[in-house]
Order: sequence, then C-alpha cells, then structure tokens
Amino acid sequence: MVGSKKAIISSIVMIGGVLLFFYLPILILMIFSFNDSRSLTSWAGFSLRWYQDLLSSRDVASAVTTTIIVALISTVVATFVGTLTAIGLSKSKKIVKDVVNSVNNLPILNPEIVTAIGMMLLFSAMNIPRGYITLLLAHISFSIPYVILTILPKLRSLDPNLAEAAMDLGATPWQALTKVIVPQITPGILAGALIAFTMSFDDFVISYFVTGAGVKNISILVYTMSRRINPSINALSTLMVLVITIVLVLINVLPMFKKKERMPIE
Amino acid sequence: MKLYRSFVQPYLFWMGVFIVVPMLLILFYAFTTSGNNIISFRFTLDNFIRFGEPIFLRVLLRSLSIALTTTIISILIGYPVAYLISQSNERMQTLLILLITIPMWINMLVRTYAWIGILSENGLINSFLAWLGLPTLNLMYTDFAVILGMVYNFLPFMILSIYTVLAKLDKALIQASYDLGANKFQTFTKIILPLSVPGIISGITLVFLPAVSTFVIPKFLGGGNYVLIGNLIETQFITVGQWNFGSAISMIMASVIMLSMFITKRFDQDIEEIQSRKEVG
Repeated sequence: MVGSKKAIISSIVMIGGVLLFFYLPILILMIFSFNDSRSLTSWAGFSLRWYQDLLSSRDVASAVTTTIIVALISTVVATFVGTLTAIGLSKSKKIVKDVVNSVNNLPILNPEIVTAIGMMLLFSAMNIPRGYITLLLAHISFSIPYVILTILPKLRSLDPNLAEAAMDLGATPWQALTKVIVPQITPGILAGALIAFTMSFDDFVISYFVTGAGVKNISILVYTMSRRINPSINALSTLMVLVITIVLVLINVLPMFKKKERMPIE
Repeated sequence: MKLYRSFVQPYLFWMGVFIVVPMLLILFYAFTTSGNNIISFRFTLDNFIRFGEPIFLRVLLRSLSIALTTTIISILIGYPVAYLISQSNERMQTLLILLITIPMWINMLVRTYAWIGILSENGLINSFLAWLGLPTLNLMYTDFAVILGMVYNFLPFMILSIYTVLAKLDKALIQASYDLGANKFQTFTKIILPLSVPGIISGITLVFLPAVSTFVIPKFLGGGNYVLIGNLIETQFITVGQWNFGSAISMIMASVIMLSMFITKRFDQDIEEIQSRKEVG
C-alpha cells in the first residue's frame, strides 16, 4: 500500500519503537553481563568474570544438564506417544476424538499454575517423591497435547485411504505405518518435537511446583538466584538468548535457502 | 483400521492419570479439611468462606484490574503495530514477524529480570534522570512496574494473533470498499476492524489468562509484598503448606478466568450477530 511520506515515517516509528521496547532490555542485560562490577547500572570496564563464575559453578552445571536431559527425554517420549495417538485419532470414532480433544484442552486453557498444583497433588497422592522422575513425567504430560495438536492437521490433509492402498499392495499394517504414513507427516512430527523441546526447555511454573530434592532446571535456578542482584544471571541469560537466537535464525533461514534451490524445478 | 485405532488407548490412560485425576484432586482438596487422605476425609466449605475475607477479595480484584489494564494496553499498542506490519511488503512482513517472535522464545524469567536493572532505585532510568539533573522516580515495586513487565512479556502474543487475522484478510474486500466510495477511515472502521475481531479475541485470551495467574512478574518487579492471586497460590503451596486453601483459590481463579473468557466470547458472538443482521437489513 502506497501511503504518504508522513504515514510511512509514523509506521516506522511505531514498529521501530515496539522493537526497541522488546530488544533494548535484553541488550542492556547482555551488555552488563560483561561488566567488571556487581552493579547493573554503572559500567566498570569489560570483564569475563561472571562467565568464569558461571562456568565454575556446580549449581549451574547441574541445572544445565538437568534441563537438557529432561528436555531430550520428554521430547522423545512425548513425540512418540503424540504421533501414535494422533494417527490413532485420525482413524477413531468422532466421540473418541472429541473426548481426547476436550481433555487435552484443559491444560492448554487452564492457567499453568493450576496444571502445576494439580500435578503436585497427584505426585503426592501417588507417593512419588518429588525430583527427577516427577519433573520428567510432568514435562511429558504437558508436551503431548501440543504434539497431538501439531500433527493432527497434517493427518487430516492426507488421503484417508492411503494406508489401505499400501496394504492392498501387500504392505503389512506396520509397513504401511512406517513407510507410508509417517514419512508423509514427518514435517508435522518434527514441528511437534520442536515445540515439545522448547516448552520443556523453557518451563518454569510446572517444574517449580513438581520438583524437589534439590533438582533444579535453568529456570528454577534463575528464579532462586534473582532474589539478589547477581550478574551471573546476566551471563547465563546472555548465553541462553544467544543459543535460542541462533537456533531460531537457523530454522527460519535454512528453509529459505532450500526453497531457492528448488525454485527452478517448480 | 482397528490396529491404528488401538494406538489411542495408552494415551487415554495417560490422559486420565495426568490430566483428569489432578483436576479432581484440586476439587477434592478445595472441598476438604487439611490432614485428609482419600480414605477418611471431612467435607468443608471453609476454604471458600475464608476467601471471602476482604484481604483475599482485594487480591483477586487487584489481579483482575492489573490483567485488564495489561490487556487493554496490549490491544492499544498491538493493533496498530499488527496493522502496519500487515500493510508492508511480503519480505518485510516475514522479517518483522520473526523479530516479534524471537523475544517470545526467550525465557520469561530472563525477560522479566532484564527490567530490574532498568527500573531499580539506582537503575538505568534513574541514573539517566540524575545525570540530567532531574529528580529520580520510584519505579520499582509499583503497579507501573508490574504492568510494564506484563505488557513486555505478553504483547507479542497480541500482535501475532491480530496480525494472523489481518494477513489473511481478503484484499478484494478493501478494494471493493474503496470502489464503492468509502474513505480510508470508513474502510477501517466498517471493514477491517470488524473482520479482525477474532484476532483481538484470541489475543485477549493469550494476554489476559497468563496475566491473571502469573506470580513471577509481580515477584520480580512488584517485590515481596506485592501479592497477586498467583503469588497467593504459590505461598499456600510452597511456603505455608496449606494445600486445601491453595486449591480453593486456584478453583476460584480458574472459574473467574473461564467466566471472563465466556463473556468475551459472547461479546464476539453479539458483534457477529449485529453484523449479520446489518447484512440482512
């Protein structure tokens, strides 16, 4: 849309202002992670001391390992169960679909803290001591609904007779599943896995309520550390922001290159 | 396809244990006295009656008004931004949406923590004011800080959900409106705005819901004495250990949220109804 010069300038100011609002605090946080003093406001020279603190801290190392291990295991389990369930649902009766969808909506529509205390009460009722196991079970549970939600639309766009066709041609049901259906919905499965991983990696509220016995993920560590001003959090945050930005840029930029390569064929 | 259908069964069981049972447990705890177990328990309404005390009602009202303010500010900023993005060319749109999305992926605690260094007593804003020779402001531990933190965290959701609807809008409708003699303002109020209501509604859900229940933002930016309903629940479960009262508060909060969502959806339907009537008439 061609607007007047004034309109263009005001739209740049508006969008630019919001982007500044989003990025400036994070930028400041990152800059002060290199500050030589404990202050978060006055600059005392460049230093990597907070990064050294971070790397030598046993709490940080164990929180990072916990976060990654829990995220990896919960992603694998949630993606596997979510994919199987989604495939099953696509062949199920409407009533089964409706029941699963509405129950899955409960944790999505409820505030996180409600899901969190529900889990906490469940583990206490089941007498499972809070720690690694509860963290893992909780992460698997809150990821599965999102995996199902991501995969179902892909299945809906498949030809419903695809599996039957494969079997008519001599495939066993298992072959029809692994050689025909799963390859067709791989993008959906990967997207679901990515959502599961990032949700687990970033989770604070549910982890905070269901963990115990000193098992902490990165978010819980940030929460307990931030009671006092602590530039180590800035350093840790900087690393987290860098990792997530690189991953996001890769995810968004790589497909663009692929598209470009394919363009001539289309 | 019986084999494939049976794939659902493990999850049906899992869902029952990890989604349905927890909800029932919250109900059970909310309506019983403390020191119960499943075999012997005493039914009570005391937990709900206790919430009727003015201190707790005030916390609920405060949470609702803070969340409402956050939502309104998010619409007022988010709508124009989403609209302007949807008006730019396609490449620019992809880039801007990526830029809006990136902060959402950054840990919420980190994003909230970032504001402490800016708002605190000798933080960046106050250092800057002092450098200019102006009196310093009391920014931290105020409603302002909490609302700012919430808008900062949840505004991207509002922008994205409004943008999604605006980007899908049929450009022919806008062209038709101009062709039929409407000016820019009329086209906006009569065509674009009504058609983007679903985006605003889903944005409201995505902003209001976490804003009511968050306990991290008030704790970081409101300080230890700043209590919203999320903090109240956290205290009951983590610090005081009064799970029964905590469950009752969560139930009340969940019902209030569901009620407000219901009203919002109704409002949406009413608008649609008025529109369809207009079309008929």
